[in-house]
Amino acid sequence: MTRLALLALAVLALLAGSAAAQGPQKTAGPSGPQAAHDPAAVARGRALFALGCSGCHGMDGRGLPGEGPSLAGAGAAAADFYLSTGRMPLNGEPGSEPLRGEPAYPDAQIADIAAWVASLAPGPAIPDVDPARGDVSEGMVLFTEHCAGCHQMVARGGLVTRGLAPSLQQATPRQVAEAIRVGPYTMPVFPETIISDRQIDSIAAYTELTKDPHDRGGAGLGNVGPVPEGMVAWIAALGALLVVARIIGERAR
Amino acid sequence: MSRLRRAGRAAAAGAAVLLLRRRRRPAPPEQAGGGVADAGGAPPPGGRVLPEGRPDPRAEAGTAVCLVLAGVAAVAFMVLYGVEPDTQALGVALGACLAFLAAAAILAGKRVVVQERHVEERPPMADPAAERRAARILEEGAGGISRRRLLGGACAFAGVATATALAAPLLSLGPGAPRRGRDARGRWGAGVRLVTEGGTPLRADDLVVGSFVTAFPEGAEKEDIASPVVVIRVRPEEIRPSAGREGWAPGGIMAFSQICTHAACAVTLFRYPLFREPGPAPALVCPCHYSVFDVLHDAEPVYGPAHRPLPQLPLAVARDGTLRATGPLSGDPGPSWLLTDT
Repeated sequence: MTRLALLALAVLALLAGSAAAQGPQKTAGPSGPQAAHDPAAVARGRALFALGCSGCHGMDGRGLPGEGPSLAGAGAAAADFYLSTGRMPLNGEPGSEPLRGEPAYPDAQIADIAAWVASLAPGPAIPDVDPARGDVSEGMVLFTEHCAGCHQMVARGGLVTRGLAPSLQQATPRQVAEAIRVGPYTMPVFPETIISDRQIDSIAAYTELTKDPHDRGGAGLGNVGPVPEGMVAWIAALGALLVVARIIGERAR
Repeated sequence: MSRLRRAGRAAAAGAAVLLLRRRRRPAPPEQAGGGVADAGGAPPPGGRVLPEGRPDPRAEAGTAVCLVLAGVAAVAFMVLYGVEPDTQALGVALGACLAFLAAAAILAGKRVVVQERHVEERPPMADPAAERRAARILEEGAGGISRRRLLGGACAFAGVATATALAAPLLSLGPGAPRRGRDARGRWGAGVRLVTEGGTPLRADDLVVGSFVTAFPEGAEKEDIASPVVVIRVRPEEIRPSAGREGWAPGGIMAFSQICTHAACAVTLFRYPLFREPGPAPALVCPCHYSVFDVLHDAEPVYGPAHRPLPQLPLAVARDGTLRATGPLSGDPGPSWLLTDT
């Protein structure tokens, strides 16, 4: 089983590599139906899809009105992202926000379903990302520019109206890269022309850092910003003031 | 209940003292140093309870100077607010005002008013005699001040100036607030290229449907409030532009001022859901107070405190594939209360 998963992953990685090498493309290395998908993986994926996904996305993956969108062009990256973060199958009404959870499928089956989705139409392949190749400080600058508006500076997440920008504490570098290319739920898409693959390495390096940031100023207090910090300052300072007032009162007696 | 009534009576006594103070007749000096020693007993008729205070002209002058300086700082705050609203300078002015007020209060408390510690006996204010006595103490406590007028005037000046300074910024919300002119729309105009944060010209091909990026006019100050625009791309057929804005969005690419019309925050949130029904619609969202702008319809505000749409920049794709403005912004960028014509 594990060997199968590794094999599938290796095939996908090769596909991604060959697709990226095809020259300038609008999105990161799309793998088209013309790209050689492992027919066995696609077949297994189709079967799994029919069982677990077709209720909303349709037997052909082209979507059902009012139930689920078409997956043509979503690519292996979207399928892998949604399934590996447990956001799909959707836990709620159609149209409700997919939230992170335990993945419903093992890695090998996710790879199979991703292969089937990728075979529907050209779409973004699973990106090849490695934080070790990236530069943390460049990643921070890029994260500030493109991501921090919603996901918060230390990637603790935040709110958009009618949507939740999730915390990235559990996101793997691969999931970060996939989200950038796919734009899950209400998130915008960032194509190669705006954030290059090399820059994604840097952003992933930074998001990895945020999982254990260097809190040079002392306790991180959850790294969620000035509100808890201010509350601690107020409570601590007010307490100290009360003690001082008490001491002065004692002395004056 | 009775405690409430007692407190009410004490307050009434204090108010009466304040009103009657001017009619106070100088009391014959007696019982010097006796002071609180006979606390609890009935007050000697006409006699002093507290020792006679000695006026301290230097402390009084110092207090008056502090109060006047506090007033001057408050006036400076108002002048700065109207002329050059630099937040650092405003903070220094207001801080100085409050610091001088504090200094005046400390000086007055330590040196101007007679220093006498008095321990309230129990039961407090039980009988009218004790009440009268407390009133007498209050009255005599203010007896050691000579330049009452000066201090009163300085106090009034400081108080009025500080209160006015704190209220002055409200004027900016009024209907008569000065508006910025057309030059407030920055360097945007026909033919100006859009460049990214890094300075490279933005090309139409750089954006796919659902992507967004911040851009600036080529060669302009990035800090200029009119400069930053958020460039987004949606499917062309889903845009519902109002009359006169047809053709402003080549290939579904649109540019809006990035400065929120509510509180001048940078609008950095773009939601572009792939699946619309019944999910949310595409919108630009301000992270500060969650104003939501309908990008498919002229960036009209649909939720939150913002009242005006984000000004739109008409775009065209040049022959070399770069994005260029075809005119100025459709309105003044930023909130109406921003007075500076930067």
